[in-house]
Parts: sequence; structure tokens; C-alpha cells
Amino acid sequence: MWQYDKRLQYPIKIKNANPKYAQIIISQYGGPDGELGASLRYLTQRYGMPYNEVKGMLTDIGTEELAHMEMICAMVHQLTRNLKEDEIKGTPFENYFVDHTLSVYPVAASSTPWTATYIQSKGDILADLHEDLAAEQKARVTYDNLIRLIDDPDILEPLKFLREREIVHYQRFGEALRLTTDRLDSKNFYAFNPNFDKCKRK
Amino acid sequence: MLDEKQEMLKKISAVDFSIHDINLFLDSHPQNIKAIELLNSYRKERSDLINDYEQKYGDYITHVGDVKAKVPWSWIDGPWPWEGDE
Repeated sequence: MWQYDKRLQYPIKIKNANPKYAQIIISQYGGPDGELGASLRYLTQRYGMPYNEVKGMLTDIGTEELAHMEMICAMVHQLTRNLKEDEIKGTPFENYFVDHTLSVYPVAASSTPWTATYIQSKGDILADLHEDLAAEQKARVTYDNLIRLIDDPDILEPLKFLREREIVHYQRFGEALRLTTDRLDSKNFYAFNPNFDKCKRK
Repeated sequence: MLDEKQEMLKKISAVDFSIHDINLFLDSHPQNIKAIELLNSYRKERSDLINDYEQKYGDYITHVGDVKAKVPWSWIDGPWPWEGDE
């Protein structure tokens, strides 16, 4: 189960509305490397995991990603909530506005709605951990790109916080991969282990 | 500028973040005594801070606040976290 804490993991207080920034930041909500996909990826992969360390890590990081999703939505909300018609006309936010007015909906910056095809739960610890490591790096690059395009300290500070969290999560998943390879069959030189296959013949 | 209430919330958030980050570290280092000790000291600090905050302001950070609930139900009072100050 989960419980809600009535606060953000890192404060978001944006003074100046900006539809252009909202339209790119929203990618970290509903985009291919966004926080929605991150939380669902980790929380879903837990069921196929053989080791307690990794079950714990996926639970705790997956939970943190939910808090990151809330931060990203808070940014989009604060950047758009007071916009007037003439501030929207002619901006890249215009098309989004037609479909969602000033509400928050999970889409990529390139406007594709979020899809479960962004994530995988393969049921093999090595395959899944490699996906997780790649996901953290891709999210970090997305934050790098956003930081390049944005010039408002109210937005940059929380984005830098989120970027650092991707780096920490990558580190933890790296440790999970090391714990896993340490436990591979000693006769097995390759990064796979037949014992991980739970679906054996009778 | 942060007022006293916001200052307290910031402190709670900082301690909570430390607890969370040590928790992640412990997931892959379950035998690390130093991290366990650090976690315990932050946990104690967190519960004292939340207790002080809820006593003083009568509103909740978590559903399971230690403070006695009163009418009207203040959980629904704004601003909600995503609203900033507005």
C-alpha cells in the first residue's frame, strides 16, 4: 500500500508563467523517459525479481519516482495555470491547449500520449536491470536537454535536483547488477543464468 | 522569504530526504552499520520535528498524524503541494 505525504519531495514555486517551458517539461511526465514510465517500470518489475535487495530497491525507487511525477506535474501546472488566451496563441502550447485546456495530461514534448510500450517487465533480472540502468541514463539526458533550453532559476533548481536523483538511482541499480552477477553460477562466464528461468518443464 | 512554518516544513523535508536516500543505500548495503546508525538518528529527528509541527499548526503532513483530529477536517485545507503558495 501507499500513503500520501502532503508535500513535494523538493519545493516548486514558479513565479512566471511560460507555455513554451510547460510544453517541453511535460515530457518528463508522459514522455518515453519520463517519471510516469519510471515509476510503473520499477513497481511492475518487482514481481519477477529473485533477490530481496532488488525487490527493496525497485519498491523504494519506484515510490520516489511517483514523487518526481508529482513535481513535474506541479511545474507544468504552475507554468500554465494563469495563462490568458493571447499568451497561448501562436506558442507551441497551443495544440496541447486544444485537447487539455489548462489541465495536466501525460504526453511527450513531441505530443504522443504516454504508452505502456515505453516500459518493459521481462521477468529476467539481468534483462530488467539493464533496462533500468538505461532508463536512468535516458532520463538524465532529458534533464540535461531541458536545462539547456530553460532560463528561469525557479525551474532550473528543481530540474537539477531531479537530474541528480537519476544519477543516484543509476548508481543503486549498478549495485543491484553487481549483486546479481556475483551470484551467477561460477561455471558460467556469461551474464545469464539458467537458474533464473522460473518456467521450467515438469 | 520563508516564514517560521515554511522553515519547519523545509527542515522536515530535508530530514525526510536524508532518510530516503540512506534507505536506498541500505537496500544494496544491508550490513552497513554506519548507515543504520545514521538512519536511526534521522528517524528520531524526523518524528520530533513532525510532532512539533503538527502540535503547533494543527495540520497534517501525513494521514497518520499524531495530533488529535478536530472539526473541521483540516486535511483538505490548501494550498496543496503542487499549488506552491497560491
